[in-house]
Order: sequence, then C-alpha cells, then structure tokens
Amino acid sequence: MSEQEDDIILSELDDNELVQQMYDDLYDGLKEEIEEAVEILLERGWAPYRILTEALVGGMTVVGNDFRDGILFVPEVLLAANAMKGGMFILKPLLAETGAPRVGKMVIGTVKGDIHDIGKNLVSMMMEGAGFEVVDLGINNAVETYLEALEAEKPDILGMSALLTTTMPYMKVVIDTMVEKQIRDDYIVLVGGAPLNEEFGKAIGADAYCRDAAVAVETAKEWVARKHNQMAAG
Amino acid sequence: MALDDDALTDHGLTAKGAGRILLLACGALARELIDLRDANGWDHMDLHCLPAILHNTPDRIPDAVRAAVEKHRAGYETILVVYADCGTGGMLQKACAELGVEMIEGPHCYSFFEGNAAFAAREEFTAFYLTDFLVRQFDAFVTKPLGLDHHPELREMYFAHYETLVYQAQTDDPELTKKAQICADRLGLRFERRFTGYGDLDPVLRAL
Repeated sequence: MSEQEDDIILSELDDNELVQQMYDDLYDGLKEEIEEAVEILLERGWAPYRILTEALVGGMTVVGNDFRDGILFVPEVLLAANAMKGGMFILKPLLAETGAPRVGKMVIGTVKGDIHDIGKNLVSMMMEGAGFEVVDLGINNAVETYLEALEAEKPDILGMSALLTTTMPYMKVVIDTMVEKQIRDDYIVLVGGAPLNEEFGKAIGADAYCRDAAVAVETAKEWVARKHNQMAAG
Repeated sequence: MALDDDALTDHGLTAKGAGRILLLACGALARELIDLRDANGWDHMDLHCLPAILHNTPDRIPDAVRAAVEKHRAGYETILVVYADCGTGGMLQKACAELGVEMIEGPHCYSFFEGNAAFAAREEFTAFYLTDFLVRQFDAFVTKPLGLDHHPELREMYFAHYETLVYQAQTDDPELTKKAQICADRLGLRFERRFTGYGDLDPVLRAL
C-alpha cells in the first residue's frame, strides 16, 4: 500500500481526486502531503475558505466520526489534527485577506489548576475550521483571565475545558462570577473535558456540555443561530 | 501467590469466594492490598480486581463496578470499592451511593497513596504520577495507548505542560526506581521519587 501511495503525484490528480486523497492523507496524519495539496488547490484558484471547508474540515469530520465510533484512537486523531494544522497554517492569513464568512467568536481556555489542552486545541481548530474566530487563552486560567478576555474580545461564546475531577468544579466558579457580575446571559457558555457529562454541565449553569470537538462545533453553530434569532426578534 | 501484572492490567483478579468482606479493587492495587491483608492476617477479606487498564477509560469504571457489585454482593457481608474517583467525574461516587457500598476517598490512587490531605496541600498540577504498578506497566498504560511507540513526536503534544514525573514508591525497589527514571527520561520530564508506602489504604482497611 505504501508503495502505491509513494507513486501518487498529487499535482496530477484532478480536483475531486485530490480532495479525496486529502481525506486519506488527513486520516493517515500526513502533514507534508496536506500542505502540498493545499498549495496545489490554491494554485488552481480555489478560495482558501473552500479548501478549508471542503477538504480539511471534510476530512477531519471523517476522523472525528471514526474516533466517536471507536475506530480511531487519540494518537491517530492527534496526527490527523497535526496534519490539518499544517494546512490551516497556510490558509489562515489568506482567510483573513479574502474575507471568509465569520460565524461567530469564541474565547476558550482550560481552567485554573489544569494543564491539559489536547481536547481544547482540537475544539479550537475545528471551530476555526467552521468559520469561528477563536481566542485561545491556553491552560491554567483563573476566573479573572476569563473575565478580562470576555471584556476585551466580546465573543459570542465562552468555552471552558478541564480534564481533572479536581479542576472541573472551577467552571462553576467562573459561571457564578459571571452571574454575580450580571454578564452570564451575555454569552453562550460551553463546557467540555473527559470527566464531565451533561448532568454536570447543567448543574453548574453552562448552556451545554460538548462531548467532543464535532459536537462542540454543532452546538456552537446552533446556539449562535438561536442567539441571533433572539436578537432579531427582540 | 504469584501475580502477573499483564493479567492484572487486562483481566484483573478473580475473588476466591472466602471471607466476609470483599475488596472490589482496581487491578493496579492488587499487590498492595494482598500485602496489607497478608501482613495483618486479615483473612476475613477477599479480593476481586477489575482490569487495571480501565484507568485509561474512566467512563467505563462505574458500570464495571456496578456489575461486579451486583454479581458478588450475595456472597459477602460488606463490599468496599477500592477505587478513588479515578477520573469518573463523580459518577463512581454516584454509582456506589446507589448500590449502598463505600468507596475510597480522593481523586486518584496517587492522592490516597500520598494521603489525601497531603496530596491536596501540594496543589501540584504539572506532575505526572507513576506508582509501582504503573512503572512496571508503563508501556501498557502510557507508551502504547498514547501511540508513543510508533509516533514519539506526539510526546510534545501530550506532555508539553508537564514538568516532573513523580514516582510514588510503594516499596523500596532500586530496580523500579531505575525504571521510573527511564520513564521520566523518555517523557522528557524531571524525575522525583517519593516514598509513600500504602498511604491511606492501611487505615481504611484497618477500619473495616
């Protein structure tokens, strides 16, 4: 199989074949091949946003579905994400120049006392792929950091992540502080992380718990559309 | 009794069916529990272990514990679930409350081995912990599931924010210490060894 793959010359494939090949290469975590294919599509006049959505996000959706279904595991998803990141790196400056549609804006970060960011990074990347502007606060964020970012960035969504049972209650500290400052309803609050569940999300006053990056994107789109409809009606 | 770490990882350990108290434990604690039981002559305690590898999929622990409690409860006066929360986000506590059985306090075995109060007081969140069992089974719990055997380049993605590998030693074993040091080197982390002994396990079992 590898011999056959070695023989594939990406530039000789037509657009459809190339996109299909990018799906395969993303699935196999082949970063250099993805970067090359992105360059080829750009040369052929594809708009950056089209490459992002049809080739990269399309391919990562397959990866996400197979992860959800237990066919792929964390290492394979990380390799695929790393390959997509290579493509995104090329596209990102071009997306800004070409005025790609913006679905909404999200501030995201891992909570205080927690250094885990694999899930958060996947969510950030998939949200960007779906047309959201993402401000990533990184790891170990205190409530003050979240509030400052909300004030400065004016996002639609606040996303919080935690991997530890000991750190996940901190999400409630952030939400309670937002309630106290009467800004809770100004934002959509989404939470995620391995030890969380829907019940926990509800209990702490989040709008939704997101099981994985794909669910986060769908939930974010749904809530942003709902928010815009409410604003239009109001 | 000779214990096989691979078997404890993948299959656990089956109870003998003798004794009035069943310790329903993670396979990673089998040696320590047997040692405590034998050293203290606690013949009224039987031990049943679930596969230790559940550690890597904590969402599956509550159902596995539930099934085991239901299977064994008729044969014992008391069942103690020898798990801490272990990444279940409170779901194991909830399952145990519904089943009417007690479990070990604390977020993880790393915590009760050191003593829950002492562990919490450290407020240490850039440490990656290994116990005796996890040092022996490092490849099964870390290297292979994280894909580091085939893709060592992923190390950075997993461990970039960690600083130290803390080896919580339950026993004094120079060979294990050497192996733990190698594990730290492989992950690119500073190495620290802390002797914990069996921590909170001893008083919890003694109180039964």
